[in-house]
Amino acid sequence: MNLDDCQDVVELVSDYLEGALHPDVARAFEAHLSDCRGCATYLEQVRSTVALLGRTREATSGLPPETLQGLLTAFAAVRPNRARS
Amino acid sequence: MVTAPAQRSVPGPADAGPPAEPLLLALRAGDQTAFAGVVTSWAPSMLRLARGHVSTDASAQEVLQETWLAVVQGLDGFQGRSALRTWVFRILVNIAKTRGMRESRLTPVPAFADDHGPTVDPGRFRGPADAWRRHWTPQGAPRAWRDDPEQGVLRGEIRDLLGDALELLPSRQRSVVLLRDVEGFTADEVSSALGVSQGNQRVLLHRGRAKIRAALETYYLKDAQA
Repeated sequence: MNLDDCQDVVELVSDYLEGALHPDVARAFEAHLSDCRGCATYLEQVRSTVALLGRTREATSGLPPETLQGLLTAFAAVRPNRARS
Repeated sequence: MVTAPAQRSVPGPADAGPPAEPLLLALRAGDQTAFAGVVTSWAPSMLRLARGHVSTDASAQEVLQETWLAVVQGLDGFQGRSALRTWVFRILVNIAKTRGMRESRLTPVPAFADDHGPTVDPGRFRGPADAWRRHWTPQGAPRAWRDDPEQGVLRGEIRDLLGDALELLPSRQRSVVLLRDVEGFTADEVSSALGVSQGNQRVLLHRGRAKIRAALETYYLKDAQA
């Protein structure tokens, strides 16, 4: 099959990255990209977007100690500790 | 050659599901250390996800607490058909959404949910009369971003931009992008946690990512002109 139109190709980018495209479609997708700098750049930018999103993962302001303590108290009330030490 | 599986669960009712996770067993047994551990280690992810639905950090903290209280009460009833983490996050999303709706007068109105239509501005492609119809125009074609986003320190500006862009997404797109791309959940976990099909999850991810890419593009283009 042929994937000629950039306007269609850009809608397949996430599925391609997921490995969710049918192999024939994936091949056509790659064939288009090998000839189309615009779409190749677009794919790279989506990859970069995903990478940057992953890098924002950091300890958000965590749990105040009182909150944790409160949860532990509630937990102990509902579930008496039967764990072997 | 037939090999026995490493672990064989005791046959039980037809839909018993997989053997219970060690964490689940520890929590059911009242293991305080295990509970403190999971509450603490999942807190950043849970707070980020909650914060995507509610209007303040304090609200997000309260959502987290309500979630764990619900989990603690529900541990006996949980049948282990999904991973514990998936179940906990599903509860979190439900509580956060409910609370978010109550607070909705206080939050900026997110973009109207758009589940269909082009994710790239059609103005960037050549029109139907053009010989190269539906291809990028010279002005519309993406231009390479100047630095490699994966090297160097993540700029505070970019971190802020991503936070803002996420906040503007329709709520389900935001949840999927957050869980998949920020938190690193698998597609299965996200489908299960949000109660959406795999296909639907992919559409939401695609649409959310496209908007975030566009926000980054605006930043990098301005950056390049500086």
